[in-house]
Order: sequence, then structure tokens, then C-alpha cells
Amino acid sequence: MNDVSTLEVESAQGPPLTPKRTVRDLLDSPRVAELLRFARQRPGLVAGAAYLALLAIASLFPTLLTRVDPLEASARDAFYGPSAEHLLGTDENGRDLLARLVHGASASLLMGIGATIIGLTLGVTLGLGAGLGPKWVNAAIMRFIDVLLAFPDILLALVIITFWGDGLLNAIIAVGIGSVPRYARLVCAQALVIRKASYVEAARTLGLHPLALVGKHVLPNALKPVILLATIGIGGKISAGAALSFLGFGAPPPAPEWGAMLANGRNYLGNAWWLTAFPGLALMLTVLSLTAVGRELRRRSEGKTA
Amino acid sequence: MSITLPLPPAPLLEVEDLKVSFGNHQKRVVDGISFVVRRGECLALVGESGCGKSVTARTLVGLAGYGARVEARRLQLTGEDVLKFDDRVWQRVRGNRVGFVMQDALGSLDPLRTVGREVGEPLELHTPLSRSERQSRVHSLLESVGISDPVLRALQHPHQLSGGLRQRALIASAIACGPELLIADEPTTSLDASIQAQVLELLESLRTDQNAMLIISHDLAVVARLAHRVAVMHNGKIVEQGPTASILEAPQHSYTKSLLLAAATVHSVSVSSPKGDAPRASEPARVVLRAENLTKSFATPDGKKIEAVAGVSLELKAGETLGIVGESGSGKSTLLRMALGLEAPDSGHIELHGRVWAQLPAAQQRVERRRIQAVFQDPLASFDPRYTVENVVGQALDVRGVRTARARRERLLELLHLVKLDASHLSRRPIELSGGQRQRVAIARALAMDPEILACDEPVSALDVSVQARILELLEDLKHRLRISCLFISHDLGIIRRVSDRVLVMHDGLIVESATPDEIFVNPQHPYTVKLINAIPRLHHEKRTAHRASIHAESAVAHV
Repeated sequence: MNDVSTLEVESAQGPPLTPKRTVRDLLDSPRVAELLRFARQRPGLVAGAAYLALLAIASLFPTLLTRVDPLEASARDAFYGPSAEHLLGTDENGRDLLARLVHGASASLLMGIGATIIGLTLGVTLGLGAGLGPKWVNAAIMRFIDVLLAFPDILLALVIITFWGDGLLNAIIAVGIGSVPRYARLVCAQALVIRKASYVEAARTLGLHPLALVGKHVLPNALKPVILLATIGIGGKISAGAALSFLGFGAPPPAPEWGAMLANGRNYLGNAWWLTAFPGLALMLTVLSLTAVGRELRRRSEGKTA
Repeated sequence: MSITLPLPPAPLLEVEDLKVSFGNHQKRVVDGISFVVRRGECLALVGESGCGKSVTARTLVGLAGYGARVEARRLQLTGEDVLKFDDRVWQRVRGNRVGFVMQDALGSLDPLRTVGREVGEPLELHTPLSRSERQSRVHSLLESVGISDPVLRALQHPHQLSGGLRQRALIASAIACGPELLIADEPTTSLDASIQAQVLELLESLRTDQNAMLIISHDLAVVARLAHRVAVMHNGKIVEQGPTASILEAPQHSYTKSLLLAAATVHSVSVSSPKGDAPRASEPARVVLRAENLTKSFATPDGKKIEAVAGVSLELKAGETLGIVGESGSGKSTLLRMALGLEAPDSGHIELHGRVWAQLPAAQQRVERRRIQAVFQDPLASFDPRYTVENVVGQALDVRGVRTARARRERLLELLHLVKLDASHLSRRPIELSGGQRQRVAIARALAMDPEILACDEPVSALDVSVQARILELLEDLKHRLRISCLFISHDLGIIRRVSDRVLVMHDGLIVESATPDEIFVNPQHPYTVKLINAIPRLHHEKRTAHRASIHAESAVAHV
């Protein structure tokens, strides 16, 4: 811990007007010291959380991060590589890539989180019904799930969009429904195990109402692995949404959206690598950060600290 | 000591000042232990869980684990320095010159492979035998460890074998290459008492002049018969070692004495009443639980029907402890589950407090459940993994209707005090507690419901013998103080004898004998009962139990 704090102090000493003592005080305050120690022990987790915070800012207040209009096209500026003026370069229409990435964050995150919530809600409900209900309910639900599983996710999503029309909201619903089978199967398997667990029986002998058993023991414990799968799945949903945009069913073209940018950049892979590399990197970092934070959440839910 | 042998045989295994620690921890799990195992000898390493005995065993086969730091002044196997062995050398040594038998037979046998392949594997690795030679060798090995019908068994998978057979198969694979040293880590702990006796007999028969055995256990009584010498381990150190007889007869260290006391109290076989209080026949006791002609059968996956309980009737009177003894598979747990209302009988009925369980409406059943509370074999599994001790016991209080924060807190502390825990345990998670403490929490939860009956399903069989003694003491104390009736299930007749007022012996779903504990011991009627009595682990001589009475006064207050 020592070397970190000295290092921070030295770098903070740079501007001569900064009073040294306040930095010291700040670093010596137990809270900050604890934060620094934590950051040193779990750099991945802290970096992941920081990246997610950045994404949240980008989704809610994109203008805080960039002043450039993501839709402003100018043929003269097309295909500039990363430079001081355009940090991440420009696309085929001369639009600033960084601005597009920042403004695209909200659509992508909405896609990922919205679809996950829809998939989770339906999946958990069906899975619990199948896992806890009588045999015929289980059979009915699980065969339905099997049918859903038989379709590739993207085809399922296309079918739903064909029925309901395109647009971001419908794409979210479509991708969400496409992920239902996986969650339902997992929750069902968990529920089947937990309903026979010794701690559920112990609670039964206390005289708990069956609904209380589900709410207090079965559901929270069944959700544990599902939540982890879901956090990791958000990234997958974002790319599934991207695939829909690529096919023209997601966010309409001029709007910045990571998946659409990725799909679009693919056409210029030979001469403008940054068009695919940076949206891809943003997506990858999102998935990694969500996984790191998701894992930590799970660890905490299991009662392990540090 | 060495009067008969002018030249003691060369040591097979020499351990001097062995130290093992993990990660960055300064605390050594094994802290400078020294012992020698000679050919033709069996050494027992005895101590509570957590004392470092298993780590010692694993170190001796080069499996100390990830991040282990092993140091020793000397660690030699037949004169070779074990510390210099690299992975390749170990691969030639393990399973060949050193055989290792682990506690959990189901966990250490590959579920996807047949028993024959498992036992044949060391032969395949270490001998030039051909396929057919190996096969016949596997059959003779299985036969030598007392598995009947070896040709059939060799084709079966581990899950198709009983616990005893699995342990035998594991031993067969450990001795397949005729190792010089056989290390057995708690080889019988998870087994029923009678199977345990058989496996010990088998191990005894395997020891010859040319090999040696290192056996590890928490229970002195279990190894007493087998071992020539005993080393008692406590907190990573060997506190006492010597010939078995002198350890048993004249233990020097106080820790050894406490282990002996624990083994003697738990496996009590003496005829004098261990409880020592007057018979309670004076008051005409009311019947709190009555079961009549209960039957319950289960369907196996291949469609066969197994009759777990085949017509059992019993009565439990107020304040009485009814012990039910039998091996696993005898139907005793199913019986208990029916009494708890967790399982509905196929026929017959259960009366709780004079009312038939099954005839009550669901809501009324839930209210009535309070009267009969359970203490399970594995307390940890009976707690929601997310819960702290406060949540676990508090949940019972919620059901019982203790609402205000203050009343709740008071009652929590009172309950913890009853089971000899304190407020500092409230915020802990059961996983952080020791086995004994966990069982105390489970008992506290049961008591929170003010039950009339405590249904205990093997409540101590997963615990160290020293902890067993303290939990049994606690249960007895609570029973008397709170006037609770008790249904107590165990496979160990010694334990049943210690706690029960009346004993039912259960075999194949039927009650084959019913008597007082003394009658059962003095005059057992059914051959199965005799078998169970013979299976109780004993400390060498019967007179040890007489000894027990004199040291009973020292009996430690529970501080698990």
C-alpha cells in the first residue's frame, strides 16, 4: 500500500500550486486508503466498474464526454485514421467515430439490458413453473422451451419482428424472447435440485407456507447462477441486436449503434481497421467489465468478501 | 519396547521435522512432526479435523496441494529423499510403491468408468501385464478385498455399489501393484458401523511383514484394533506417540486423554446405566407421537419397487427418547421423514398429539409442524447458503410469531445460550463455523419453535468423535431441562444406547427388536442386533469403559 500512496503523491505534486498537504490528507483518510488498497488487490474489478460507470455517463449524458455531433457528415473528412483531431478516426461519411461510439452507448446498453430483463423475467417464470409445478406442467413448459430452442436465436428474432414490425423496441423484445429457453432451462434445473435441498425441507418442518418457501429459498438460490449467466449474456444481447441492425431490423441507419457500426465497418476492413476495431473493443470491454462485476456480485451473494 | 527384536526392521518411511504451510500464511498446518513407519507395522495418526493429519498424508504422496510449502529435515521413503521427487518420479511412485485410500469412495472413483477399469488402472500404468492378464488380476484383487462375484462387480459402475463395496474397490485399486506403504485417510468414517468393522478387518488382513500401513482417523476406538503404534496429532504437532496399548492404557498428554474419553463416552458399551437417573415410569406418560402400520415404497429408475418401510408401528411418550438403530437402507430415515410430515406414507397413519397428520387441512398442518422439529445429519446442508446464523434461527422465530426487534433479539440470545454459543456467532455464516457449532445452530433453530418432539437423524455421525460427545451431552441436557421427547436415529448402537430410553432395531423396513438399551446389550434377541453390537468400535479392553466412570468427572463442558 505504501508504494501506491507515495506514487500518487508524487504525481500529484506536479502542479506547483496544489498544496501538498491536502493531497496527503486525502490519501491518508482511511476511506481513500481502503479504496486504493482494494484497487491494488482487484485491479480488474475496479477497472471494470470504472468502465461501466463511464458507459452509464455516456448513455445518460453523452455530451459530457464529446461535443461533436455524431450525425454530422462531411465527405472531405472521410476515412481519417486516429489522430489528435479525431481521436478514434472517422468513418466513410466523415463522422467522428468517438462521438458515434459515445452516443451509441445508450442504444447498445438499452438493447443488452432490456433484452436480458425480458428474457430473464419470462425465463425465470417459466423455469420456476416447470421446476416446481406438477409433472404435466413441467412436461408442457419444457416441450415448449425445446421447440423454442430448436430455432436459431436470430431466426426466432426475425420471426417475431416479421409479426410485430421493426424498430429498436421490437428488436429488444425479439432478442429477449430468443434468450428465454436458456434461462428457463437453467432455472428449472436449479429449482428441481433446490426443492429437494435439505434447507428447504428444514424450512418446511418449521411450517413455512409453500409460497414463502419459493420466495425465500428457492428463487434466490436458483437465481444465483442465472444472474451470472445474465450479466455475461448482456454482451451477447448487444451483439445479437447488432446483427439485427446489420440486417436492417434494428435502429434505423443514421443513428449511431455499436452493432450497426461494426457491421458497417466490416465493408472497409481492408483500409480502415479502426471502423471495426473500436466498436469491437468497446463491446468487448463491456462484456469483460460486466463479467468481472457480475462475478463479484455473485461472490458477495455467496457471502465471500475480499 | 525392542526386547523381542534385536535389530528393528529398516524404516520404510522416515519423517523428521515435517512442516507444511499454505500461501502466505505464517501458520503452519503441519508444524514439525516426526515419525517412522517400519515394514510390517501399522501406524495410526489420530486427531480432530483440522489438526493437519490429512495434509500430512497428502504430503507423503506428493499431493500436498496448490501453494503448499513443504519443508522437512528428513523425508525418506525406503531411503530415497521424497522432497527431491519431481512429478515424473511421483507418477511412478504413486499407486505403485505407495497406495492411497481416501475417505470419500464415491468421490474418488470415476463415475463414468467401471470398477474393473478403475482397479486395473494402476496395473496398466505400472506393470507390463497384458490386457487379459490384467483382467484376471483385477478379479483376484476384487476377490481378495472380499467382494463376492468379482466378474460381475468389475463390470459395474461405482454408483451401483454400496458404500462398503465402493470402499473395498478403492482399497483394491490402492493395493493393485502391491505397494510397500498403504496410506488410508479416514477409510471408514463415512460407513455404517458394521461395514466399518468389515473394512477394518480387511485392512488388517492386508498387512504383511513386507509392507506397512499408515492409517488416519479422528476416532481412537476405530484404529485401536488395527494399529501397532499411535501418534496423536493436535494443532499440527504430534503431542504423543507410542505403542497402541500404552497410549490406550496410560495416556500421558491431556489431549490424548480427552480423545480417549470422547471415544469411550460415544461408543459406550458398559452395562451400568450411562445416564444414571431413575426410571421415569412413575408418571403415566402421555403418548405424543403414534405411528400405525406405516408403509412406504419407492420406485427405482428401472421400475422395481423398493419397500423402504414395510409396516412399522411405534409410540413415543412425553419426555422419552426413542432410539431407532439400523444400517443405511434399513428405512429408518424414511420413517423419520414420515413422522416429520415430509413424506406421506403409502398406508397407515401418524398421530401427532392425538391428531392424524394426514387428515388435517394444509394450513393446520403447517401450524402443527412446530410440535416436531428436526436436527439433520448434515447441518450445513440444512441452512440456506445465503443465511447468517441470525437469519437461520430468526426465520424460525418469524414463523413462531416473534415480531418485535427486542423480543426477537432476546430470544435469539437465549437460544444461543441454550446451545452454548454466544452473540458473536449471530452475524457469522454457518460455513465459517466448525461442524459442532453448526449442529448447535441447527439445534437452536429447532428449539426456537418450542417443539414437543425433537427428531434427530444421525445428528452426530458426520462429526469428530470428540465433538460427538459434546453434542450428545448437549442434547441430553436440553432434553431434561426442556422436557422434550426425542426420536433419535443412528447406525451406531453405541450412541443409541447412550441416549435412548427405549431402542427399536430396524432391519429391511421392519422393526426386528424393541427393548430397553440394557436389555439389548445384555440379551439381544435378533441375530441382526448381535451383529450391530459386535460392530461397535471398542478401545482394546472392556475395562477401559470401567475406567471411564472415574474420569467422567473431568468431562469437559462443551466448548466446541
